[in-house]
Amino acid sequence: MSTTTAMETHTGTAEHHELSFIRKYIFSTDHKMIAKQFLFGGLMFLALGGALAVMIRWQLGFPGRPLPMPLRILFPDTMAPGGIILPEFYNSLVTMHATFMVFFALMPLMAGVFGNLLIPLQIGAEDMAFPRINMASFWIMPVAGFIMLASFFVEGGAAGAGWTSYAPLSTSGEWTGVYMGQILWLVSLIVLGFSSILGALNYVTTVINMRAPGMTWFRIPLATWSIFITAWLLLLAIPILTGGLLLLLFDQTIGTAFFRPEGSGEPLLWQHIFWFFGHPEVYILILPAMGFVSEVIACRSRKPIFGYHSMVVAMVSIGFLGWVVWGHHMFQSGMNPLLGMTFVVTTVVIAVPSAIKTFNWMGTLWRGNIHFDTPLLHAVAFVALFIIGGLSGIFMASAPVDIYIHDTYFIVAHLHYVLVGGSLFGIFAGITFWYPKMFGRMMNEGLGKVHFALSFLFYNMAFFPMHNLGVQGMMRRIYDPNQYEFLQGLQPLNTFISISIFLFVSTQMIFAFNFLWSLREGKVAGNNPWKSNTLLWTTPSPPPHGNFPEMPTVYRGPYEYSHPDREEDYWPQDEPPATTGSGGETVTTPTPELVPGG
Amino acid sequence: MSDAAVTTMDRKPMPGMMVYNKKLGMWVFLLSEVMFFTSLIGTYVILRFAHPDHWTDPGVVLNVPLTAVNTFLLICSSVTMVKAFASIQQGNQKGLQMWLLATILIGATFVGVQAIEYNALLGEGFGPVLDLYHAVGRGNPHEGPSLGGPLYGATFYAMTGFHGAHVTIGVFCLIFVYIRSLQGAYTQDSLEGVEVIGLYWHFVDLVWILLFTIVYLI
Amino acid sequence: MNFFWRMGLLLAGMLAVVIGLSVITGISWLDLSWVMPDNVVSTFGPTLDNLWLVILWITGIIFVVTEITLLVFMVKYRHKEDRKADYIHGSNKAEVVWTSITFVIVMALAFYTKGIWDEIRDPNLIPADAYPIHMMAKQFEWNATYAGADGQFGTADDFLSLNVLHIPVDRPVVVQLEAEDVIHSFFLPEFRVKQDAVPGMSTLVWFEATRTGEFTLACAELCGLGHYTMGGTVIVHSQADFQDWLAQQQAAAEDD
Repeated sequence: MSTTTAMETHTGTAEHHELSFIRKYIFSTDHKMIAKQFLFGGLMFLALGGALAVMIRWQLGFPGRPLPMPLRILFPDTMAPGGIILPEFYNSLVTMHATFMVFFALMPLMAGVFGNLLIPLQIGAEDMAFPRINMASFWIMPVAGFIMLASFFVEGGAAGAGWTSYAPLSTSGEWTGVYMGQILWLVSLIVLGFSSILGALNYVTTVINMRAPGMTWFRIPLATWSIFITAWLLLLAIPILTGGLLLLLFDQTIGTAFFRPEGSGEPLLWQHIFWFFGHPEVYILILPAMGFVSEVIACRSRKPIFGYHSMVVAMVSIGFLGWVVWGHHMFQSGMNPLLGMTFVVTTVVIAVPSAIKTFNWMGTLWRGNIHFDTPLLHAVAFVALFIIGGLSGIFMASAPVDIYIHDTYFIVAHLHYVLVGGSLFGIFAGITFWYPKMFGRMMNEGLGKVHFALSFLFYNMAFFPMHNLGVQGMMRRIYDPNQYEFLQGLQPLNTFISISIFLFVSTQMIFAFNFLWSLREGKVAGNNPWKSNTLLWTTPSPPPHGNFPEMPTVYRGPYEYSHPDREEDYWPQDEPPATTGSGGETVTTPTPELVPGG
Repeated sequence: MSDAAVTTMDRKPMPGMMVYNKKLGMWVFLLSEVMFFTSLIGTYVILRFAHPDHWTDPGVVLNVPLTAVNTFLLICSSVTMVKAFASIQQGNQKGLQMWLLATILIGATFVGVQAIEYNALLGEGFGPVLDLYHAVGRGNPHEGPSLGGPLYGATFYAMTGFHGAHVTIGVFCLIFVYIRSLQGAYTQDSLEGVEVIGLYWHFVDLVWILLFTIVYLI
Repeated sequence: MNFFWRMGLLLAGMLAVVIGLSVITGISWLDLSWVMPDNVVSTFGPTLDNLWLVILWITGIIFVVTEITLLVFMVKYRHKEDRKADYIHGSNKAEVVWTSITFVIVMALAFYTKGIWDEIRDPNLIPADAYPIHMMAKQFEWNATYAGADGQFGTADDFLSLNVLHIPVDRPVVVQLEAEDVIHSFFLPEFRVKQDAVPGMSTLVWFEATRTGEFTLACAELCGLGHYTMGGTVIVHSQADFQDWLAQQQAAAEDD
């Protein structure tokens, strides 16, 4: 790390000479190319995670039935003999689905793609603060992903102790039958941690130090704000996980006893470490989506964001509160019950900033002029589904109710409402909104709307009934619920959910097709197809190396839509105020003292 | 836009933190390092409170005098690092090279002493691994009952080991900076590399003072 | 076709898909329960179910109001060529109102929760006369140990019941949970009881059955390959039957 800093003499200022193919497309230091690399990488892992979800749902929807034909021959006898998924393979599927989705799909798609794309372009910087570190941050991801993928092919299969890898189940292959797979899982996540930290380091430094003149803290677009806060969470949370993973790795490999009770180690200590990281992680996965949605809703309803300052304050307070709520994952873990109430209070307090954000989004739509295009639809779906995910969170925040629904499908429903209905729809809003800037062409509106409508329908059909499964007491991570008499009546509902998931996953083919087709055939976008205000849209699509021909100056906040004195319903941040005046006014340089807050 | 262009050319970015990027980046990176050591130290604190019987009185198993000398050495290396930076601030390249070399040598010595200590401790049965732990205490080779418990060994090696790894990485980075300084890469106006590696070095030093206190003295 | 016709058709199409799939898979939406199932058999169960209901009402009302408002805004303020959005940056009054209302609601809920949590989980409030049972969880079975006639654990007349937990009705039972290998979770859905059994720890969990019968014992924490098979039964006897059963087991244990 320090070597790289020491070597960093090149700052990425507009290089106009032609770069070789490798420098331009593979080992690129350009933040926009790195964003695209993260995008393709993240989408591939998203597809993989989706495929694993299909397998899981096949087992739950049609237990004991062999997989349908093309899938049946794919799997060796150690995983699914004759197409019937084995319990140990099922445990690996559950573990790896969550691992790929959380660490290799959502995190890269949010922080990786949009952190890289948006930060420099929205604050008016020519590139990231440390372009080479940025490149390293990307290239670590495929390495970690390769290690994780390799774990499917080693003896014993991939890790099967859940994505939370609770000790002591995860400390020894004796308990799970997985030896090498668990080690590879740990190594992969330790490696991946460096990617997140290097990325986050870049984001933080860039936002603090490289804003264009006039870009005061409260003129920063909310998407950048959200990624800035996320970057802090990454920086501070990931090392905690890395520390814990290393200790768990020692327990696994050399026989220490940090978390193994036979050597007086503390299994609950692992849970404390994991969730102390894990809850900030939850906000790492949702905050950027909140930023994208704010951006899209303000722009597409042509109205200033409602309560910009409280939006920022809400995100910052979510960032802080995220550190003191981890115990709500452990109400039933044997943790001292007297601690329980503390965590109940801190947890329900998080509802306050979440509610502020929701009401502000609704306030933005109120008396707006809402354009129903794909990004807006996804953004509003985010709000609608985030409401459900947030409200269902109140059930489990209440510790006594959590006694019953803990580790049931109610939790699965809740987390998928937040991470799919929230994060994934937020990502779709982001991709469809910024696609023209990344690739210079618009995605097809018609296909986009079809994809949206079907996704929204199938998504709700799949996940809403999971609440009912939870209410009926169905445990999560159960290979075959029919083992329990009281769950046998739920089989039709499980089949319904499974088919809905298959439909939801299939619908994503429309998105994939639209994405790839529009790369070549989409309508040429022009600089500012959405008539948006941020600096990003003043650059050509796609922006050249170095982004801005000269350093832009910022005169106003990012959400000056539908100003009554202007004919246009938007007002770019860098447009000098003089343009609507008499024309002879001098351009006033914004005073650098205008830096409220830290 | 063309009128504005004239004025934008000499416009500076927003002031931010009033430090250059690399320094800010290093500060931010060190914060994340703080969290890494927090996870290790937190583990130690929790395990020690839960199982006090796994620990012994200070100095029974661990060689406190040797490590005290080692700690003193590491503090000295922070001084030499400051001297190195002060030299280049005055444009003294020879001074920079000399003090960097001193820092590297002291840092390497620290790691060396740690390795010797590890070796002695392992010889006395003080290991990190559950099945092999049989610490007999200093001066009682291979006799007497086992003192403390495996958690003592495990947390000791985890904390001091990861710290040692940080020192080692620091030494390699310093060697890199040293080679660059021999090539005359640093001048009075261009000394970012020296300052940034200095920050890292002081941080590692500071962590050690904390670790020495809680691992050896308490 | 105007906006409303198109939206109506879209919704009708979606509804058709839902109904179609429901018919194919044979589920009835009317049977799906939104409240806790009506099978509770523990003394504190109804309290917990009530809390569920309270939260369901609060969140349900918020859910309906916010989603409908969202929908209304979407329809009412949809893009029209001749209209410009209002230039509004927010309202401090509104922010204060919804911040404080939310805060009051959630804090009230938290304090309402506290009493119930303490009643169920406060270690000092475990009934003193509760009948003690030791439960050792291991892959993939539940071993319940009864103290036998002398009322002491660890003596010769202790006896074991594998995967079946026998308890008396109308008397508190306190189960001391332990695990031999990995973490398991002691889940009695009808009793509204769930508590992890952690190796190296011993956790007390108490409950009192309100009627006799056979109920479910399940493992709710992923514990390895056979996790899904780690089920058992809870048999609630009348007090007299329970004494008989104890005596019978006692005799069997002594014969061994």
